[in-house]
Amino acid sequence: MSDLPLSHALPHDGTDAEARPVFAEERRILGVRASSWPGIIAPLVIGILALTAWELTVRLKGIPHYILPGPLLIAQTLWKDWGTLSVSLMITLRITFAALIAAVVVGVSLAIIFTQSKWLEKSLFPYAVILQVTPVVAIAPLIIIWVGDINLSLLICAWIVAFFPILSNTILGLNSADHNLINLFQLYRASRWQTLRYLRLPAALPYFLGGLKISGGLALIGAVVAEFVAGTGGSASGLAFRILESGYRLEIPRMFAALILISLSGIAIFFLTSWIAHLCLRNWHESAVRREN
Amino acid sequence: MTTAVGATARSLVSIRNVSKQFANGTVAIRGVNLDLRDGEFVSLLGPSGCGKSTLLRIIAGLGAPSAGTVDWPTSSHDASGEAHPDLGFVFQDPTLMPWANALKNTMLPLTLAGVGKAEAEARSAEMLALVGLKGFEKSYPRELSGGMKMRVSIARALVTHPKILLMDEPFAALDEITRHKLNDDLLALWWQNRFTAVFVTHSVFESVYLSQRIVVMAARPGRVMADLRSEAPYPRDALFRTSADYAHLCRAASGTLREAIAA
Repeated sequence: MSDLPLSHALPHDGTDAEARPVFAEERRILGVRASSWPGIIAPLVIGILALTAWELTVRLKGIPHYILPGPLLIAQTLWKDWGTLSVSLMITLRITFAALIAAVVVGVSLAIIFTQSKWLEKSLFPYAVILQVTPVVAIAPLIIIWVGDINLSLLICAWIVAFFPILSNTILGLNSADHNLINLFQLYRASRWQTLRYLRLPAALPYFLGGLKISGGLALIGAVVAEFVAGTGGSASGLAFRILESGYRLEIPRMFAALILISLSGIAIFFLTSWIAHLCLRNWHESAVRREN
Repeated sequence: MTTAVGATARSLVSIRNVSKQFANGTVAIRGVNLDLRDGEFVSLLGPSGCGKSTLLRIIAGLGAPSAGTVDWPTSSHDASGEAHPDLGFVFQDPTLMPWANALKNTMLPLTLAGVGKAEAEARSAEMLALVGLKGFEKSYPRELSGGMKMRVSIARALVTHPKILLMDEPFAALDEITRHKLNDDLLALWWQNRFTAVFVTHSVFESVYLSQRIVVMAARPGRVMADLRSEAPYPRDALFRTSADYAHLCRAASGTLREAIAA
């Protein structure tokens, strides 16, 4: 069937011809698309204006630093206490990422198991919901008593907060494969494993990544909240304890410094998960495709 | 055009007294008898709701009939006696995997059958070239037009060289120019490869242009009204659309369809 009279068939037919989109390469400044710059500069300008206003207010009104420190003092404190704060930052980040990874592993595994067996889903899903709706602050003391090891307790608390969005989103994604494609897989007598591997998992990817974005922030919140509840001290403490400690000692600039590190971590996690989502979906998913119009 | 009586060539599929009633009580088709012969091009023509898609899905094995049998006398059967016909299926929508490019989409049946990657890629690339998509192997579905996506869908259905190609109103959503082009290319593929083609459509003109045989169905309940034969020779091209033969066939099919709708 090599000499079919079709070699000239396409793309000559009317509508087909102009179908292939042309991706124009845009001019870049410092590696960033020229059109992206206003989106970067505008919030920066707002930020600088707000910080200046803050600093001026504190100085002109003579507000004491144990009530509200100015941004310059906070920056100095961050620099001066970087030794202690960086250790705490690493501890909080370690718990956050360990919890996030555990949430991904457990969430995705459970989602796959649930979609293979309706009965398992029906029996276990309510408990996942209970775990989700119970405030972590309320169960953290119990977990700390039962587990003993404080780092493991914090990890479990952060995991409880983070895993549900991944579980529920991945279940939704695994069940959202195109019905006709499922029929097609049946026609070709695909095994369960093949249907999972080639159809359900790829179809679930955008949903999973949406869950991951939410869970990234939640893991950080979980790690911080749990440490507040645990209230443990010592050299191996996370950022939450530094905030508590600064509160007791009225070292408000240092409290702000720790707060800023938590916020920056949250922002970094958000950008990291968004970047991963972009890398995974840029070729095909509506959410990641750049459009001209 | 004559009414087909009895089986001349050997039957590929033998449909006997097939009925389908859905769980909500709707009777989609009732008492359908049909023999599909090796290598013929058959259209199932009827108004919407006549159960032509349901019948096609039953032939494909997607959903068992409520009553009656579908036999594949010449196909292989497994130990439990279930037939495993080689078939390809084209849905009304292209039904492509958006995360996979045209080549990967075309490869799917081969991948599922455990064919090695290199061989699967080579065969899929060859098939894509045959449907006129050479150079678009790496394109994702979102980068392709409706007509091109349908071509990928046809390539995927034909990549296993099935004995029978089942098509469920595949070109209904396309504009007329693209549809005519795809009709011609489909006929060329069929003419060269001589698989059995079953084409569901609600267009009299499309069914007459393509088929050797037009099975006209009526609705509520879905049933076969007439089994028309067309002796017009292949290959057919745009000239056929202006021929007296074509006009005559269209008139006959339209008349039967009108009776089917009135019945």
